[in-house]
Amino acid sequence: MVHWTAEEKQFIISLWGKVNVAECGGEALARLLIVYPWTQRFFSSFGNLSSATAIIGNPKVRAHGKKVLTSFGEAVKNLDNIKATYAKLSELHCNKLHVDPENFRLLGDILIIVLAAHFGREFTPACQAAWQKLVGVVAHALAHQYH
Amino acid sequence: MGLTACDKTNVKAVWVKVGGHLEDYGAETLERMFTSYPQTKTYFPHFDLHHGSAQIRAHGKKVLGALGEAVSHIDDLATALSKLSDLHAQNLRVDPVNFKLLSHSFLVVVALHFPSVLTPEVHVSLDKFLVAVSTVLTSKYR
Repeated sequence: MVHWTAEEKQFIISLWGKVNVAECGGEALARLLIVYPWTQRFFSSFGNLSSATAIIGNPKVRAHGKKVLTSFGEAVKNLDNIKATYAKLSELHCNKLHVDPENFRLLGDILIIVLAAHFGREFTPACQAAWQKLVGVVAHALAHQYH
Repeated sequence: MGLTACDKTNVKAVWVKVGGHLEDYGAETLERMFTSYPQTKTYFPHFDLHHGSAQIRAHGKKVLGALGEAVSHIDDLATALSKLSDLHAQNLRVDPVNFKLLSHSFLVVVALHFPSVLTPEVHVSLDKFLVAVSTVLTSKYR
């Protein structure tokens, strides 16, 4: 089980309360596909991903980004039990989706950059560190059932 | 693929903003790296690592200054960074994994202070540039 200090929990929960999940989720996924284009390999059914503009405007990207970040919210709600929370999703990503867990780390770092852009100075170094820990824990949990 | 003409333009656009405050942004980059990735502090046992430390400010200015030099000579990074590459290989021997951590911390600083500058297109250019610099700096390791 991951140990969170009261301060870390506070940073995570209070920032999450202000996150526009649809907007940030869509932006994070779009940036992932733009900055690391090889990640597009998982989204051949999404239609036009031929340029940054196409990706940003792609409704499937935005919808899926929202879905992914909404799921992230489950981690925030279950900070003391993240591994169990993501057990089924981990199996899914391994067995059905065949996603290299490195992609979870890439998306986690992209999310951090999106949060920094949205929250500015409020995203202090200590706040960032709490969130880096969270995205790391989520990535680890999603990889946990891999075999 | 390497850096396209577009990448180079994008990176220079970032430097227009960053260039005037190397000490501030350099210190913040290092502070964020030390806070999020405590293992990076192992390279600085001789430093005062408290917030606002003069050593961190000086070192941050040095690091971003070097990056700025790289931006000025973006068409030939290998030559521009040759001495620094020797230094990292022979003296500093910073494990290659840490260049990603520093690069990420710098991207966070740019996103935080200049969100409208770090569009997705500029983001990928800056990321590619930082990877290229990191590659040069570790190229003589073995």
